Amino acid sequence: MAVPVHATTGERIWHYTFRVLVGAVFVYLLFPILTIIPLSFNAGEFLHYPLQGISLRWYQDVIANGQWAVAIKNSFIIGSCSMVLATILGTTAAIGINRTDFPGKQVLVALLISPMMIPLVITALALYLFYAKIGMNDSYLGIILAHTILGMPFVLITVSATLQGFDYTLMNAGASLGAPPLQVFFKVVMPIIAPGIFSGALFAFATSLDEVVVVLFIAGPAHRTLPRQMFSGIREHLSPTFLAVATLLIVVAGLLMLTLEILRKRNEKFGKPANVAAN
Amino acid sequence: MAEHIADNISLRKKLRRSERKKKLQAGVLIGPLLLVMLIFYFIPIGMMLYRSIDNTMMREILPATATIMDTWSGSGLPDESAYAALVEDMKVAYPAKTLANAGRRLNFDHVGFYSLLLKTGRKLKKIDGPPYKEALIKLDKKWGDPAYWTVLQRGLKNITFLYLLRAIDLEYDGNNKITGVPEDQAIYVSIILRTVYISVSVTLLCLLIGFPLAYFMATSTPRVRNLLMIGLLLVFWTSLLVRTLSWILVLQNKGVVNSILMSTGLISAPLELVFNRIGVYIAMTHVLLPFMVLPLYSVMAGIPSYYVRAARSLGATPMAAFFKVYTPMTLPGIGAGCLMVFIQALGYYITPALVGGPRDQMVSYFVAFFVNERVNWSMASALGVTLLLMTAFFYLLFGKRVNITNMKMG
Repeated sequence: MAVPVHATTGERIWHYTFRVLVGAVFVYLLFPILTIIPLSFNAGEFLHYPLQGISLRWYQDVIANGQWAVAIKNSFIIGSCSMVLATILGTTAAIGINRTDFPGKQVLVALLISPMMIPLVITALALYLFYAKIGMNDSYLGIILAHTILGMPFVLITVSATLQGFDYTLMNAGASLGAPPLQVFFKVVMPIIAPGIFSGALFAFATSLDEVVVVLFIAGPAHRTLPRQMFSGIREHLSPTFLAVATLLIVVAGLLMLTLEILRKRNEKFGKPANVAAN
Repeated sequence: MAEHIADNISLRKKLRRSERKKKLQAGVLIGPLLLVMLIFYFIPIGMMLYRSIDNTMMREILPATATIMDTWSGSGLPDESAYAALVEDMKVAYPAKTLANAGRRLNFDHVGFYSLLLKTGRKLKKIDGPPYKEALIKLDKKWGDPAYWTVLQRGLKNITFLYLLRAIDLEYDGNNKITGVPEDQAIYVSIILRTVYISVSVTLLCLLIGFPLAYFMATSTPRVRNLLMIGLLLVFWTSLLVRTLSWILVLQNKGVVNSILMSTGLISAPLELVFNRIGVYIAMTHVLLPFMVLPLYSVMAGIPSYYVRAARSLGATPMAAFFKVYTPMTLPGIGAGCLMVFIQALGYYITPALVGGPRDQMVSYFVAFFVNERVNWSMASALGVTLLLMTAFFYLLFGKRVNITNMKMG
């Protein structure tokens, strides 16, 4: 949007001031991420500029240091298991909820997405006390189930969104032609709602990868995840190795975002062809 | 005719049957998730809520005394039977080392009870036999003080409101009436107010800087918009820990901000920007900003530009057109964004814990504090109840006016 030719001086001043303001907000938004990346390649041990040369020593340290390797492995195990569980449970529930109307549906939906709204520390404390009773603290299963519950609302929401225009008679058609329910799901429903399922799954994985409060309460030293390792490190002994890990996590975030954007664009293309031209 | 009616009835039956089948299918599909959530979410939360008033442990440690105290009138000193029951219970509880737990619990209500119980337990051997009343009072004259017996009676009930009261700076006085705790011990109300204050401030900051950004995105060319969106989403997807860590590095004394300010000569000594309230505002606003911008943008993108143009052509000044025509149309987005940011801010723990000072910690921090440092699960639960009630209160207060579908992300 260029300044219109008929703009007054005041309008011109505002036009540029506004752009400067928005630019400042954007700098604020990206500033911390952009400053941390170059610092992770610092050859020296300081955590501030100027850089004392370029090296990959801190990345080597991430690989060489056993604690980080364990944390990466734990994050991956917990993230993928809870993602799979959250996706299966969330998708089936979303189909069930959108299948028909029943009394108390809104309350049910509110309950199912409540893990998104209830403060994490409450979930963490509740699970810690519960797991203490049944002996599930310090276990993979305990953390995986906790993260399943935290990631599931995202699956529920994204799948429900793709189900908005879904024609349920397609399921009946499949069934009337003799397909068993599972086949109807994989051959008829799945291809249509796949983008929703996939974005929900990525949200669930990212939620688990980023979650630290619950892990802080219920995980033992053997089950430390990446963010848990970072949390104690930031408090106790911050080293440039953390910046290397942080940079790697930014790369992961970038990949997640790109995948989701591609999914969204695809969905738009198939869902509303009219919008493609506008974009 | 009869045939027609029969047809009608069977049709209705069929319809009802198919409806029932649909509901059954829905039930089967939702069932597994509901079961998992019931066992691993709702029951644990219910247990945590109960934990804040649960006092059954005390009756297990001092069973005989508890039974006698149930019928005590509460005035003056109890009779010999209560003293005898107490000695009997302590003879079991002291060697079993559970007496210390009871002492800690009673000490939370009335300071001095822990040492009284343990001292009495240690010297039990010196008591040869009845009358126990005189013997105990001789051992420590506190046993002759009715105030201690009032605390003991209160502390042996199956449920206690002690922790919930303490979470809002209240306690029982000597006459078993609820009163405020002494001023130097009152901390939780100010922590609750601080939590709300920080959350409101962060929400307003997010709105203040998120609104122009969303507006710019909604009104710029697709190329610029995509670029801004990618930047925003990259930040949104970047781990909370990474962003918090970055802010610590950026805001520290030798960080980029201070270096730039000092090299321009604006300041001569580094500003204290982190491990205080300023750091909390800067980092929390940054972390929560996408939750404001995304719903705002999605509402703004749906507002056609001809409304403002129409207002202008009818003679409205740019300011009037913006505030009277454009802004009201963005209200659903403002509502969704503010609710999203505010509710999340209320429960924040990690960011204030890492970039704040001791005076910037919010309710969540103290929940964790009572679990990790004090090992007082009841008090942690009571603070959890407070936080849950706060969240529910604000959600019900504002949630009704906000369409939840505007809260979609990404």
